Amino acid sequence: MTNVPVTRPAARPDIKALNEAAALRRARREMLSTLVRYGLLAIVGLVMLYPLIWLIGASFKTNQEIFTGAGFLPHAPTAEGYIKGWQTSTPYTFGRFFWNSFLIILPKVIGTAISCTMAAYAFARFDFPLKKVLFTSVIAILLLPNVVTRIPQYLLFRDLGWLDSFLPLWVPSALAGDAFFVFMLVQFLRSLPADMEEAARVDGANSLQTLIFIVVPMLAPALISVCLFQFMWTMNDFLGPLIYVSSVDKYPVSLALKLSIDTTEAFDWNRILAMSVLTILPALIVFFAAQRYFIEGISAGGRKG
Amino acid sequence: MKGQRLLGLGYLTPYIVGLLVFTAVPFLASLYLSFTSYDLMNSPRWSGIANYVRLFTRDRTFIRSLNVTLLYVFLTVPLKLTFALFIAAILNYKLKFINVFRTAFYVPSILGGSIAIAVLWRYLFASEGLVNMALGAVGFGPVDWFGDPTNALFTITLLRCWQFGSAMVIFLAALQSIDRSLYEAAEIDGAGKVRTFFFITLPLLTPVIFFNLIMQMVQAFQEFNGPYIITQGGPLKSTYLLPLYIYEEAFKKFNMGYASAIAWVLFLIIMVLTLVAFWSSRKWVYYAGDKRS
Repeated sequence: MTNVPVTRPAARPDIKALNEAAALRRARREMLSTLVRYGLLAIVGLVMLYPLIWLIGASFKTNQEIFTGAGFLPHAPTAEGYIKGWQTSTPYTFGRFFWNSFLIILPKVIGTAISCTMAAYAFARFDFPLKKVLFTSVIAILLLPNVVTRIPQYLLFRDLGWLDSFLPLWVPSALAGDAFFVFMLVQFLRSLPADMEEAARVDGANSLQTLIFIVVPMLAPALISVCLFQFMWTMNDFLGPLIYVSSVDKYPVSLALKLSIDTTEAFDWNRILAMSVLTILPALIVFFAAQRYFIEGISAGGRKG
Repeated sequence: MKGQRLLGLGYLTPYIVGLLVFTAVPFLASLYLSFTSYDLMNSPRWSGIANYVRLFTRDRTFIRSLNVTLLYVFLTVPLKLTFALFIAAILNYKLKFINVFRTAFYVPSILGGSIAIAVLWRYLFASEGLVNMALGAVGFGPVDWFGDPTNALFTITLLRCWQFGSAMVIFLAALQSIDRSLYEAAEIDGAGKVRTFFFITLPLLTPVIFFNLIMQMVQAFQEFNGPYIITQGGPLKSTYLLPLYIYEEAFKKFNMGYASAIAWVLFLIIMVLTLVAFWSSRKWVYYAGDKRS
Protein backbone atom coordinates (compact mmCIF):
# COMPACT_ATOMS: atom_id res chain seq x y z
CA MET A 1 0.00 0.00 0.00
CA THR A 2 2.97 2.30 0.52
CA ASN A 3 3.95 2.64 -3.11
CA VAL A 4 0.56 3.77 -4.38
CA PRO A 5 1.20 6.89 -6.46
CA VAL A 6 -0.70 9.82 -5.08
CA THR A 7 -1.91 12.00 -7.89
CA ARG A 8 -3.28 14.86 -5.85
CA PRO A 9 -0.37 16.82 -4.35
CA ALA A 10 -2.74 19.36 -2.75
CA ALA A 11 -4.17 16.73 -0.43
CA ARG A 12 -0.78 15.77 0.92
CA PRO A 13 -1.02 17.25 4.45
CA ASP A 14 -4.22 15.37 5.21
CA ILE A 15 -3.06 11.99 4.10
CA LYS A 16 -1.77 10.80 7.43
CA ALA A 17 -4.96 11.63 9.28
CA LEU A 18 -7.06 10.24 6.50
CA ASN A 19 -5.10 7.02 6.50
CA GLU A 20 -5.51 6.60 10.23
CA ALA A 21 -9.23 7.17 10.05
CA ALA A 22 -9.50 4.75 7.15
CA ALA A 23 -7.46 2.14 9.02
CA LEU A 24 -9.69 2.46 12.03
CA ARG A 25 -12.78 2.14 9.92
CA ARG A 26 -11.34 -0.86 8.17
CA ALA A 27 -10.44 -2.55 11.44
CA ARG A 28 -13.93 -2.05 12.76
CA ARG A 29 -15.47 -3.30 9.55
CA GLU A 30 -13.23 -6.33 9.55
CA MET A 31 -14.16 -7.23 13.07
CA LEU A 32 -17.84 -6.97 12.25
CA SER A 33 -17.31 -9.05 9.14
CA THR A 34 -15.48 -11.72 11.13
CA LEU A 35 -18.28 -11.86 13.67
CA VAL A 36 -20.96 -12.16 11.01
CA ARG A 37 -18.97 -14.88 9.27
CA TYR A 38 -18.47 -16.92 12.42
CA GLY A 39 -22.15 -16.53 13.27
CA LEU A 40 -23.31 -17.69 9.85
CA LEU A 41 -20.85 -20.57 9.76
CA ALA A 42 -21.85 -21.75 13.21
CA ILE A 43 -25.55 -21.70 12.32
CA VAL A 44 -25.04 -23.47 8.99
CA GLY A 45 -22.68 -25.96 10.61
CA LEU A 46 -25.20 -26.79 13.29
CA VAL A 47 -28.01 -27.25 10.79
CA MET A 48 -25.76 -29.42 8.63
CA LEU A 49 -24.45 -31.64 11.37
CA TYR A 50 -27.38 -31.87 13.74
CA PRO A 51 -29.17 -34.57 11.71
CA LEU A 52 -26.09 -36.78 12.05
CA ILE A 53 -25.74 -36.05 15.73
CA TRP A 54 -29.44 -36.73 16.21
CA LEU A 55 -29.05 -40.02 14.33
CA ILE A 56 -26.41 -41.21 16.77
CA GLY A 57 -28.46 -40.19 19.80
CA ALA A 58 -31.69 -41.63 18.40
CA SER A 59 -30.04 -44.99 17.76
CA PHE A 60 -29.81 -45.40 21.54
CA LYS A 61 -33.40 -44.36 22.18
CA THR A 62 -36.37 -46.62 22.69
CA ASN A 63 -38.85 -46.84 19.85
CA GLN A 64 -41.38 -44.92 21.89
CA GLU A 65 -39.03 -42.02 22.33
CA ILE A 66 -37.69 -41.52 18.81
CA PHE A 67 -40.50 -39.35 17.49
CA THR A 68 -41.36 -37.56 20.71
CA GLY A 69 -38.56 -35.04 20.98
CA ALA A 70 -35.85 -33.35 18.95
CA GLY A 71 -33.19 -33.79 21.63
CA PHE A 72 -29.97 -35.67 21.20
CA LEU A 73 -29.71 -37.40 24.57
CA PRO A 74 -31.92 -40.47 25.09
CA HIS A 75 -33.94 -40.45 28.32
CA ALA A 76 -33.48 -44.14 28.89
CA PRO A 77 -30.47 -45.17 26.82
CA THR A 78 -30.74 -48.66 25.40
CA ALA A 79 -28.57 -50.75 23.13
CA GLU A 80 -31.60 -52.76 22.08
CA GLY A 81 -31.50 -51.28 18.57
CA TYR A 82 -27.91 -52.42 18.12
CA ILE A 83 -28.43 -55.88 19.56
CA LYS A 84 -31.58 -56.66 17.61
CA GLY A 85 -30.42 -54.86 14.47
CA TRP A 86 -27.13 -56.76 14.45
CA GLN A 87 -29.00 -60.06 14.45
CA THR A 88 -31.06 -59.02 11.40
CA SER A 89 -34.05 -60.95 10.08
CA THR A 90 -31.76 -63.14 7.95
CA PRO A 91 -29.76 -66.21 9.06
CA TYR A 92 -26.68 -63.94 9.10
CA THR A 93 -25.58 -61.18 11.45
CA PHE A 94 -24.58 -57.74 10.27
CA GLY A 95 -20.98 -58.84 10.74
CA ARG A 96 -21.36 -61.05 7.69
CA PHE A 97 -22.48 -58.05 5.62
CA PHE A 98 -19.55 -55.97 6.80
CA TRP A 99 -17.24 -58.81 5.82
CA ASN A 100 -18.86 -58.90 2.36
CA SER A 101 -18.38 -55.15 1.97
CA PHE A 102 -14.76 -55.61 2.90
CA LEU A 103 -14.41 -58.43 0.34
CA ILE A 104 -15.76 -56.12 -2.34
CA ILE A 105 -13.72 -53.10 -1.30
CA LEU A 106 -10.24 -54.54 -0.83
CA PRO A 107 -9.62 -56.05 -4.31
CA LYS A 108 -11.39 -53.12 -5.91
CA VAL A 109 -9.18 -50.56 -4.21
CA ILE A 110 -5.98 -52.48 -4.99
CA GLY A 111 -6.99 -52.98 -8.62
CA THR A 112 -7.89 -49.32 -8.96
CA ALA A 113 -4.60 -48.14 -7.48
CA ILE A 114 -2.48 -50.34 -9.75
CA SER A 115 -4.33 -49.85 -13.02
CA CYS A 116 -4.86 -46.11 -12.59
CA THR A 117 -1.21 -45.57 -11.68
CA MET A 118 -0.13 -47.42 -14.82
CA ALA A 119 -2.49 -45.38 -16.97
CA ALA A 120 -1.41 -42.10 -15.39
CA TYR A 121 2.27 -43.04 -15.83
CA ALA A 122 1.66 -43.74 -19.52
CA PHE A 123 -0.22 -40.47 -20.10
CA ALA A 124 2.13 -38.26 -18.12
CA ARG A 125 5.52 -39.69 -19.08
CA PHE A 126 5.31 -41.42 -22.47
CA ASP A 127 4.61 -40.54 -26.06
CA PHE A 128 2.69 -43.05 -28.09
CA PRO A 129 0.36 -43.28 -31.04
CA LEU A 130 -3.22 -42.09 -30.41
CA LYS A 131 -2.22 -40.53 -27.09
CA LYS A 132 -4.44 -37.51 -27.66
CA VAL A 133 -7.45 -39.60 -28.63
CA LEU A 134 -6.94 -41.89 -25.65
CA PHE A 135 -6.63 -39.03 -23.20
CA THR A 136 -9.78 -37.50 -24.65
CA SER A 137 -11.46 -40.81 -23.93
CA VAL A 138 -10.62 -40.35 -20.23
CA ILE A 139 -12.53 -37.07 -20.22
CA ALA A 140 -15.32 -38.69 -22.23
CA ILE A 141 -15.72 -41.51 -19.71
CA LEU A 142 -15.65 -38.92 -16.93
CA LEU A 143 -18.65 -37.21 -18.50
CA LEU A 144 -20.40 -40.30 -19.82
CA PRO A 145 -23.42 -41.16 -17.70
CA ASN A 146 -23.10 -44.77 -16.47
CA VAL A 147 -26.76 -45.24 -17.09
CA VAL A 148 -26.16 -45.64 -20.81
CA THR A 149 -23.67 -48.52 -20.51
CA ARG A 150 -25.28 -50.32 -17.58
CA ILE A 151 -27.64 -52.63 -19.47
CA PRO A 152 -25.09 -54.04 -21.95
CA GLN A 153 -22.60 -54.41 -19.10
CA TYR A 154 -25.16 -56.46 -17.25
CA LEU A 155 -25.73 -58.63 -20.33
CA LEU A 156 -21.97 -59.07 -20.72
CA PHE A 157 -21.54 -60.17 -17.10
CA ARG A 158 -24.51 -62.50 -17.48
CA ASP A 159 -22.91 -64.15 -20.52
CA LEU A 160 -19.63 -64.48 -18.62
CA GLY A 161 -21.51 -66.18 -15.78
CA TRP A 162 -20.42 -63.50 -13.33
CA LEU A 163 -23.85 -62.59 -11.97
CA ASP A 164 -24.22 -62.98 -8.21
CA SER A 165 -20.47 -62.72 -7.71
CA PHE A 166 -18.25 -59.76 -6.91
CA LEU A 167 -16.47 -59.88 -10.27
CA PRO A 168 -18.72 -57.26 -11.96
CA LEU A 169 -17.85 -54.91 -9.12
CA TRP A 170 -14.10 -55.63 -9.19
CA VAL A 171 -13.08 -56.06 -12.80
CA PRO A 172 -14.10 -52.73 -14.41
CA SER A 173 -12.24 -50.86 -11.67
CA ALA A 174 -9.20 -53.11 -11.99
CA LEU A 175 -9.07 -52.02 -15.64
CA ALA A 176 -8.87 -48.33 -14.72
CA GLY A 177 -12.55 -47.83 -15.38
CA ASP A 178 -12.90 -44.97 -12.90
CA ALA A 179 -11.74 -42.17 -15.15
CA PHE A 180 -11.86 -39.63 -12.36
CA PHE A 181 -8.90 -41.32 -10.67
CA VAL A 182 -6.89 -41.61 -13.89
CA PHE A 183 -7.49 -37.93 -14.52
CA MET A 184 -6.56 -36.96 -10.98
CA LEU A 185 -3.31 -38.95 -11.05
CA VAL A 186 -2.33 -37.63 -14.48
CA GLN A 187 -2.83 -34.06 -13.26
CA PHE A 188 -0.76 -34.77 -10.18
CA LEU A 189 2.04 -36.55 -12.02
CA ARG A 190 2.28 -33.82 -14.66
CA SER A 191 2.88 -31.29 -11.92
CA LEU A 192 5.93 -33.25 -10.69
CA PRO A 193 9.33 -32.79 -12.36
CA ALA A 194 10.77 -35.79 -14.19
CA ASP A 195 14.38 -35.16 -13.05
CA MET A 196 14.51 -38.06 -10.63
CA GLU A 197 13.19 -40.44 -13.25
CA GLU A 198 15.78 -39.20 -15.76
CA ALA A 199 18.52 -39.79 -13.17
CA ALA A 200 17.24 -43.29 -12.50
CA ARG A 201 17.18 -44.03 -16.21
CA VAL A 202 20.75 -42.81 -16.61
CA ASP A 203 21.69 -45.14 -13.76
CA GLY A 204 20.24 -48.00 -15.77
CA ALA A 205 16.83 -48.46 -14.23
CA ASN A 206 14.17 -49.68 -16.62
CA SER A 207 10.78 -48.03 -16.84
CA LEU A 208 9.08 -50.47 -14.48
CA GLN A 209 11.75 -49.99 -11.83
CA THR A 210 11.45 -46.24 -12.28
CA LEU A 211 7.69 -46.51 -11.84
CA ILE A 212 7.88 -48.59 -8.69
CA PHE A 213 10.82 -46.98 -6.92
CA ILE A 214 10.62 -43.36 -8.07
CA VAL A 215 7.17 -42.50 -9.37
CA VAL A 216 4.97 -44.39 -6.92
CA PRO A 217 6.62 -42.84 -3.82
CA MET A 218 6.25 -39.36 -5.34
CA LEU A 219 2.66 -40.12 -6.26
CA ALA A 220 1.86 -41.43 -2.78
CA PRO A 221 -0.28 -38.52 -1.51
CA ALA A 222 -2.49 -38.59 -4.62
CA LEU A 223 -2.58 -42.37 -4.56
CA ILE A 224 -3.79 -42.35 -0.96
CA SER A 225 -6.58 -39.97 -1.99
CA VAL A 226 -7.54 -42.36 -4.78
CA CYS A 227 -7.70 -45.33 -2.42
CA LEU A 228 -9.70 -43.40 0.17
CA PHE A 229 -12.23 -42.15 -2.35
CA GLN A 230 -12.62 -45.59 -3.86
CA PHE A 231 -13.10 -47.04 -0.38
CA MET A 232 -15.76 -44.48 0.39
CA TRP A 233 -17.60 -44.77 -2.90
CA THR A 234 -17.61 -48.55 -2.80
CA MET A 235 -18.81 -48.57 0.79
CA ASN A 236 -21.69 -46.30 -0.23
CA ASP A 237 -22.37 -47.98 -3.57
CA PHE A 238 -25.88 -49.33 -3.72
CA LEU A 239 -26.91 -49.67 -7.34
CA GLY A 240 -23.97 -51.91 -8.33
CA PRO A 241 -24.64 -54.58 -5.70
CA LEU A 242 -28.39 -54.16 -6.21
CA ILE A 243 -28.05 -55.18 -9.84
CA TYR A 244 -25.31 -57.81 -9.57
CA VAL A 245 -25.54 -59.42 -6.14
CA SER A 246 -28.69 -61.45 -5.54
CA SER A 247 -27.95 -63.95 -2.73
CA VAL A 248 -28.39 -62.57 0.74
CA ASP A 249 -25.22 -64.28 1.97
CA LYS A 250 -23.21 -62.07 -0.41
CA TYR A 251 -24.96 -58.80 0.45
CA PRO A 252 -22.76 -55.82 1.34
CA VAL A 253 -23.98 -53.49 4.11
CA SER A 254 -25.78 -51.12 1.75
CA LEU A 255 -28.09 -53.89 0.51
CA ALA A 256 -28.42 -55.37 3.99
CA LEU A 257 -29.61 -52.04 5.32
CA LYS A 258 -32.21 -51.76 2.57
CA LEU A 259 -33.28 -55.32 3.36
CA SER A 260 -33.65 -54.49 7.03
CA ILE A 261 -35.91 -51.54 6.16
CA ASP A 262 -38.09 -53.82 4.08
CA THR A 263 -38.30 -56.63 6.62
CA THR A 264 -38.38 -54.82 9.95
CA GLU A 265 -41.78 -54.22 11.48
CA ALA A 266 -43.09 -50.71 11.14
CA PHE A 267 -42.35 -49.58 14.68
CA ASP A 268 -38.85 -50.97 15.18
CA TRP A 269 -37.19 -47.71 14.26
CA ASN A 270 -34.19 -47.93 16.56
CA ARG A 271 -32.88 -51.10 14.87
CA ILE A 272 -32.73 -49.37 11.54
CA LEU A 273 -31.20 -46.24 12.98
CA ALA A 274 -28.61 -48.29 14.87
CA MET A 275 -27.58 -50.18 11.75
CA SER A 276 -27.48 -46.90 9.81
CA VAL A 277 -25.01 -45.56 12.35
CA LEU A 278 -22.85 -48.67 11.97
CA THR A 279 -22.89 -48.43 8.17
CA ILE A 280 -21.65 -44.88 8.10
CA LEU A 281 -19.13 -45.41 10.89
CA PRO A 282 -16.26 -46.87 8.79
CA ALA A 283 -16.53 -44.02 6.30
CA LEU A 284 -16.56 -41.43 9.07
CA ILE A 285 -13.57 -42.94 10.86
CA VAL A 286 -11.54 -43.12 7.68
CA PHE A 287 -12.51 -39.58 6.78
CA PHE A 288 -11.49 -38.08 10.11
CA ALA A 289 -8.27 -40.06 10.16
CA ALA A 290 -7.28 -38.88 6.70
CA GLN A 291 -9.31 -35.77 5.92
CA ARG A 292 -6.32 -33.93 4.47
CA TYR A 293 -6.21 -36.38 1.57
CA PHE A 294 -9.87 -36.01 0.81
CA ILE A 295 -9.80 -32.24 0.72
CA GLU A 296 -6.62 -32.21 -1.36
CA GLY A 297 -7.94 -34.85 -3.70
CA ILE A 298 -11.17 -32.97 -4.35
CA SER A 299 -9.37 -29.67 -4.81
CA ALA A 300 -6.92 -31.26 -7.25
CA GLY A 301 -9.72 -32.82 -9.24
CA GLY A 302 -11.22 -29.41 -9.80
CA ARG A 303 -8.03 -27.76 -10.90
CA LYS A 304 -8.15 -26.64 -14.46
CA GLY A 305 -5.86 -28.57 -16.73
CA MET B 1 12.50 -44.52 -29.50
CA LYS B 2 10.16 -47.02 -31.11
CA GLY B 3 10.36 -49.27 -28.04
CA GLN B 4 9.68 -46.31 -25.79
CA ARG B 5 6.51 -45.56 -27.74
CA LEU B 6 5.20 -49.09 -27.41
CA LEU B 7 6.10 -49.06 -23.71
CA GLY B 8 3.62 -46.24 -23.11
CA LEU B 9 0.88 -48.25 -24.75
CA GLY B 10 1.96 -51.22 -22.67
CA TYR B 11 1.28 -49.37 -19.42
CA LEU B 12 -2.02 -48.23 -20.85
CA THR B 13 -3.17 -51.74 -21.80
CA PRO B 14 -5.46 -52.28 -18.78
CA TYR B 15 -7.11 -48.94 -19.42
CA ILE B 16 -7.55 -49.62 -23.15
CA VAL B 17 -9.04 -53.08 -22.54
CA GLY B 18 -11.42 -51.60 -19.97
CA LEU B 19 -12.31 -48.75 -22.30
CA LEU B 20 -13.22 -51.14 -25.10
CA VAL B 21 -14.89 -53.90 -23.11
CA PHE B 22 -16.75 -51.91 -20.46
CA THR B 23 -17.40 -48.58 -22.13
CA ALA B 24 -17.08 -48.41 -25.90
CA VAL B 25 -18.75 -51.69 -26.83
CA PRO B 26 -21.54 -51.38 -24.21
CA PHE B 27 -22.13 -47.82 -25.37
CA LEU B 28 -22.75 -48.95 -28.95
CA ALA B 29 -24.59 -52.07 -27.80
CA SER B 30 -27.08 -50.02 -25.83
CA LEU B 31 -27.75 -47.86 -28.89
CA TYR B 32 -28.44 -51.03 -30.85
CA LEU B 33 -30.60 -52.50 -28.08
CA SER B 34 -32.68 -49.35 -27.98
CA PHE B 35 -33.95 -50.25 -31.46
CA THR B 36 -34.90 -53.76 -30.43
CA SER B 37 -37.32 -55.59 -28.28
CA TYR B 38 -35.40 -57.84 -25.89
CA ASP B 39 -36.75 -59.72 -22.88
CA LEU B 40 -33.65 -61.86 -22.08
CA MET B 41 -35.55 -65.06 -23.06
CA ASN B 42 -35.51 -64.64 -26.81
CA SER B 43 -32.70 -62.95 -28.70
CA PRO B 44 -33.13 -59.21 -29.44
CA ARG B 45 -35.69 -58.54 -32.15
CA TRP B 46 -35.19 -55.44 -34.33
CA SER B 47 -38.13 -53.12 -33.97
CA GLY B 48 -36.85 -49.92 -35.56
CA ILE B 49 -37.88 -46.74 -33.83
CA ALA B 50 -40.90 -48.37 -32.21
CA ASN B 51 -39.47 -47.94 -28.69
CA TYR B 52 -38.90 -44.24 -29.19
CA VAL B 53 -42.31 -43.72 -30.78
CA ARG B 54 -43.94 -45.46 -27.85
CA LEU B 55 -41.93 -43.39 -25.36
CA PHE B 56 -43.03 -40.06 -26.75
CA THR B 57 -46.57 -40.85 -27.89
CA ARG B 58 -48.05 -43.51 -25.65
CA ASP B 59 -45.99 -43.71 -22.48
CA ARG B 60 -47.40 -41.26 -19.96
CA THR B 61 -45.14 -42.62 -17.21
CA PHE B 62 -42.14 -41.65 -19.32
CA ILE B 63 -43.37 -38.12 -20.00
CA ARG B 64 -44.15 -37.67 -16.31
CA SER B 65 -40.75 -39.09 -15.34
CA LEU B 66 -38.96 -36.88 -17.86
CA ASN B 67 -40.64 -33.75 -16.52
CA VAL B 68 -39.87 -34.70 -12.94
CA THR B 69 -36.22 -35.37 -13.84
CA LEU B 70 -35.78 -32.02 -15.58
CA LEU B 71 -37.48 -30.21 -12.70
CA TYR B 72 -35.26 -32.02 -10.23
CA VAL B 73 -32.03 -31.17 -12.07
CA PHE B 74 -32.90 -27.54 -12.70
CA LEU B 75 -33.89 -27.16 -9.07
CA THR B 76 -31.04 -29.05 -7.43
CA VAL B 77 -27.96 -28.01 -9.38
CA PRO B 78 -28.35 -24.20 -9.12
CA LEU B 79 -29.42 -24.39 -5.47
CA LYS B 80 -26.53 -26.62 -4.52
CA LEU B 81 -23.91 -24.61 -6.40
CA THR B 82 -25.17 -21.25 -5.10
CA PHE B 83 -25.11 -22.57 -1.56
CA ALA B 84 -21.64 -24.11 -2.02
CA LEU B 85 -20.29 -20.85 -3.43
CA PHE B 86 -21.92 -18.80 -0.68
CA ILE B 87 -20.35 -20.88 2.07
CA ALA B 88 -16.99 -20.99 0.31
CA ALA B 89 -17.01 -17.19 0.02
CA ILE B 90 -17.71 -16.85 3.74
CA LEU B 91 -14.96 -19.33 4.56
CA ASN B 92 -12.46 -17.56 2.34
CA TYR B 93 -11.31 -15.14 5.01
CA LYS B 94 -8.68 -15.04 7.68
CA LEU B 95 -10.77 -17.17 9.99
CA LYS B 96 -9.15 -19.10 12.79
CA PHE B 97 -11.11 -22.30 12.48
CA ILE B 98 -11.42 -22.39 8.74
CA ASN B 99 -10.20 -26.00 8.56
CA VAL B 100 -12.59 -27.13 11.25
CA PHE B 101 -15.53 -25.59 9.41
CA ARG B 102 -14.38 -26.91 6.07
CA THR B 103 -14.17 -30.41 7.50
CA ALA B 104 -17.55 -30.12 9.19
CA PHE B 105 -19.21 -28.97 5.98
CA TYR B 106 -17.58 -31.76 4.05
CA VAL B 107 -18.82 -34.58 6.29
CA PRO B 108 -22.26 -34.89 4.65
CA SER B 109 -20.59 -35.24 1.23
CA ILE B 110 -18.43 -38.07 2.47
CA LEU B 111 -21.53 -40.05 3.32
CA GLY B 112 -22.79 -39.16 -0.13
CA GLY B 113 -25.20 -41.57 -1.68
CA SER B 114 -25.07 -43.83 1.35
CA ILE B 115 -28.27 -45.72 2.04
CA ALA B 116 -27.96 -44.87 5.71
CA ILE B 117 -28.34 -41.18 4.91
CA ALA B 118 -31.39 -41.81 2.75
CA VAL B 119 -32.81 -43.73 5.69
CA LEU B 120 -32.02 -40.82 7.99
CA TRP B 121 -33.85 -38.53 5.58
CA ARG B 122 -36.99 -40.60 5.86
CA TYR B 123 -36.93 -40.08 9.58
CA LEU B 124 -36.08 -36.39 9.44
CA PHE B 125 -38.94 -35.54 7.11
CA ALA B 126 -41.46 -37.96 8.59
CA SER B 127 -44.68 -36.27 9.70
CA GLU B 128 -43.47 -36.23 13.32
CA GLY B 129 -39.80 -35.97 12.38
CA LEU B 130 -37.12 -33.51 13.30
CA VAL B 131 -37.84 -31.07 10.46
CA ASN B 132 -41.47 -30.66 11.36
CA MET B 133 -40.55 -30.32 15.03
CA ALA B 134 -38.15 -27.53 14.13
CA LEU B 135 -40.77 -25.86 11.94
CA GLY B 136 -43.30 -26.20 14.75
CA ALA B 137 -40.91 -24.51 17.15
CA VAL B 138 -40.84 -21.39 14.96
CA GLY B 139 -44.58 -21.44 14.45
CA PHE B 140 -45.12 -23.25 11.17
CA GLY B 141 -47.61 -26.04 10.88
CA PRO B 142 -46.38 -29.52 10.10
CA VAL B 143 -45.61 -30.07 6.41
CA ASP B 144 -46.65 -33.28 4.71
CA TRP B 145 -43.28 -33.94 3.09
CA PHE B 146 -43.80 -37.36 1.60
CA GLY B 147 -47.56 -37.40 1.08
CA ASP B 148 -47.74 -34.26 -1.01
CA PRO B 149 -46.41 -34.60 -4.59
CA THR B 150 -45.11 -31.03 -4.67
CA ASN B 151 -43.02 -31.50 -1.51
CA ALA B 152 -41.60 -34.96 -1.99
CA LEU B 153 -39.20 -34.05 -4.78
CA PHE B 154 -37.98 -31.13 -2.72
CA THR B 155 -36.85 -33.42 0.11
CA ILE B 156 -34.50 -35.13 -2.34
CA THR B 157 -33.27 -31.77 -3.58
CA LEU B 158 -32.58 -30.82 0.04
CA LEU B 159 -30.70 -34.07 0.60
CA ARG B 160 -28.36 -33.31 -2.32
CA CYS B 161 -27.98 -29.66 -1.33
CA TRP B 162 -26.99 -30.87 2.12
CA GLN B 163 -24.11 -32.59 0.36
CA PHE B 164 -22.65 -29.39 -1.07
CA GLY B 165 -19.22 -30.15 0.43
CA SER B 166 -17.22 -31.30 -2.57
CA ALA B 167 -18.42 -28.38 -4.72
CA MET B 168 -17.59 -26.06 -1.83
CA VAL B 169 -14.08 -27.46 -1.39
CA ILE B 170 -13.41 -26.88 -5.09
CA PHE B 171 -14.76 -23.33 -4.89
CA LEU B 172 -12.72 -22.64 -1.79
CA ALA B 173 -9.50 -23.86 -3.39
CA ALA B 174 -10.16 -21.58 -6.36
CA LEU B 175 -11.00 -18.62 -4.11
CA GLN B 176 -7.79 -19.08 -2.17
CA SER B 177 -5.75 -19.04 -5.36
CA ILE B 178 -7.05 -15.62 -6.44
CA ASP B 179 -4.30 -13.01 -6.38
CA ARG B 180 -4.72 -10.79 -3.28
CA SER B 181 -3.41 -7.73 -5.12
CA LEU B 182 -6.56 -7.67 -7.25
CA TYR B 183 -8.64 -7.12 -4.14
CA GLU B 184 -6.28 -4.45 -2.86
CA ALA B 185 -6.51 -2.66 -6.19
CA ALA B 186 -10.30 -2.85 -6.09
CA GLU B 187 -10.36 -1.46 -2.58
CA ILE B 188 -8.17 1.45 -3.53
CA ASP B 189 -10.51 2.13 -6.41
CA GLY B 190 -13.31 2.28 -3.86
CA ALA B 191 -15.20 -0.85 -4.88
CA GLY B 192 -17.39 -2.29 -2.14
CA LYS B 193 -17.58 -5.92 -1.06
CA VAL B 194 -20.52 -6.74 -3.29
CA ARG B 195 -19.08 -5.11 -6.39
CA THR B 196 -15.72 -6.74 -5.75
CA PHE B 197 -17.43 -10.11 -5.56
CA PHE B 198 -19.39 -9.69 -8.78
CA PHE B 199 -16.71 -7.99 -10.85
CA ILE B 200 -13.53 -9.69 -9.64
CA THR B 201 -14.24 -12.88 -7.71
CA LEU B 202 -17.05 -14.26 -9.83
CA PRO B 203 -15.33 -13.83 -13.23
CA LEU B 204 -12.18 -15.49 -11.88
CA LEU B 205 -14.26 -18.36 -10.55
CA THR B 206 -16.03 -19.10 -13.83
CA PRO B 207 -13.72 -22.02 -14.74
CA VAL B 208 -14.55 -23.88 -11.52
CA ILE B 209 -18.21 -22.87 -11.72
CA PHE B 210 -18.22 -24.42 -15.16
CA PHE B 211 -16.50 -27.58 -13.89
CA ASN B 212 -18.88 -27.92 -10.94
CA LEU B 213 -21.89 -27.21 -13.12
CA ILE B 214 -21.09 -29.99 -15.57
CA MET B 215 -20.17 -32.55 -12.91
CA GLN B 216 -23.18 -31.82 -10.73
CA MET B 217 -25.54 -31.85 -13.69
CA VAL B 218 -24.34 -35.22 -14.96
CA GLN B 219 -24.64 -36.54 -11.42
CA ALA B 220 -28.10 -35.09 -10.78
CA PHE B 221 -29.52 -36.62 -13.95
CA GLN B 222 -28.48 -40.02 -12.60
CA GLU B 223 -29.93 -39.66 -9.12
CA PHE B 224 -31.14 -43.06 -7.98
CA ASN B 225 -30.52 -43.83 -4.30
CA GLY B 226 -32.44 -40.84 -2.94
CA PRO B 227 -35.80 -41.46 -4.58
CA TYR B 228 -35.38 -45.25 -4.48
CA ILE B 229 -35.00 -45.35 -0.70
CA ILE B 230 -36.73 -42.21 0.50
CA THR B 231 -39.89 -42.04 -1.61
CA GLN B 232 -39.83 -45.12 -3.87
CA GLY B 233 -40.71 -42.75 -6.70
CA GLY B 234 -43.96 -41.62 -5.14
CA PRO B 235 -46.34 -40.15 -4.30
CA LEU B 236 -48.12 -40.18 -7.66
CA LYS B 237 -44.73 -40.71 -9.38
CA SER B 238 -43.71 -37.21 -8.31
CA THR B 239 -40.17 -38.42 -7.54
CA TYR B 240 -40.03 -41.10 -10.21
CA LEU B 241 -36.79 -39.94 -11.82
CA LEU B 242 -35.72 -41.50 -15.12
CA PRO B 243 -32.97 -43.69 -13.57
CA LEU B 244 -35.66 -45.33 -11.44
CA TYR B 245 -37.79 -45.96 -14.49
CA ILE B 246 -34.82 -47.40 -16.37
CA TYR B 247 -33.95 -49.63 -13.43
CA GLU B 248 -37.46 -51.01 -13.15
CA GLU B 249 -37.88 -51.56 -16.88
CA ALA B 250 -34.47 -53.24 -17.18
CA PHE B 251 -33.99 -55.19 -13.98
CA LYS B 252 -37.54 -55.79 -12.74
CA LYS B 253 -39.45 -56.27 -15.98
CA PHE B 254 -36.45 -57.24 -18.13
CA ASN B 255 -37.53 -55.02 -21.03
CA MET B 256 -33.90 -54.48 -22.00
CA GLY B 257 -34.67 -52.87 -25.36
CA TYR B 258 -37.19 -50.41 -24.01
CA ALA B 259 -35.01 -49.57 -21.00
CA SER B 260 -32.08 -48.91 -23.35
CA ALA B 261 -34.22 -46.47 -25.32
CA ILE B 262 -35.05 -44.56 -22.12
CA ALA B 263 -31.35 -44.59 -21.19
CA TRP B 264 -30.49 -43.16 -24.58
CA VAL B 265 -33.03 -40.37 -24.28
CA LEU B 266 -31.55 -39.53 -20.90
CA PHE B 267 -28.05 -39.71 -22.32
CA LEU B 268 -28.93 -37.44 -25.27
CA ILE B 269 -30.46 -34.85 -22.92
CA ILE B 270 -27.32 -34.86 -20.77
CA MET B 271 -25.11 -34.67 -23.85
CA VAL B 272 -27.02 -31.78 -25.43
CA LEU B 273 -26.96 -29.82 -22.17
CA THR B 274 -23.25 -30.55 -21.72
CA LEU B 275 -22.53 -29.39 -25.27
CA VAL B 276 -24.61 -26.25 -24.73
CA ALA B 277 -22.60 -25.59 -21.57
CA PHE B 278 -19.30 -26.12 -23.40
CA TRP B 279 -20.40 -24.00 -26.32
CA SER B 280 -21.68 -21.17 -24.15
CA SER B 281 -18.59 -21.36 -21.94
CA ARG B 282 -16.66 -19.36 -24.55
CA LYS B 283 -18.94 -16.46 -23.73
CA TRP B 284 -18.88 -16.62 -19.96
CA VAL B 285 -15.88 -18.62 -18.77
CA TYR B 286 -12.81 -16.53 -18.22
CA TYR B 287 -9.41 -18.18 -18.20
CA ALA B 288 -6.69 -16.03 -16.70
CA GLY B 289 -3.59 -16.03 -18.89
CA ASP B 290 -5.71 -17.39 -21.70
CA LYS B 291 -3.57 -18.68 -24.54
CA ARG B 292 -6.44 -19.43 -26.91
CA SER B 293 -6.50 -17.14 -29.89
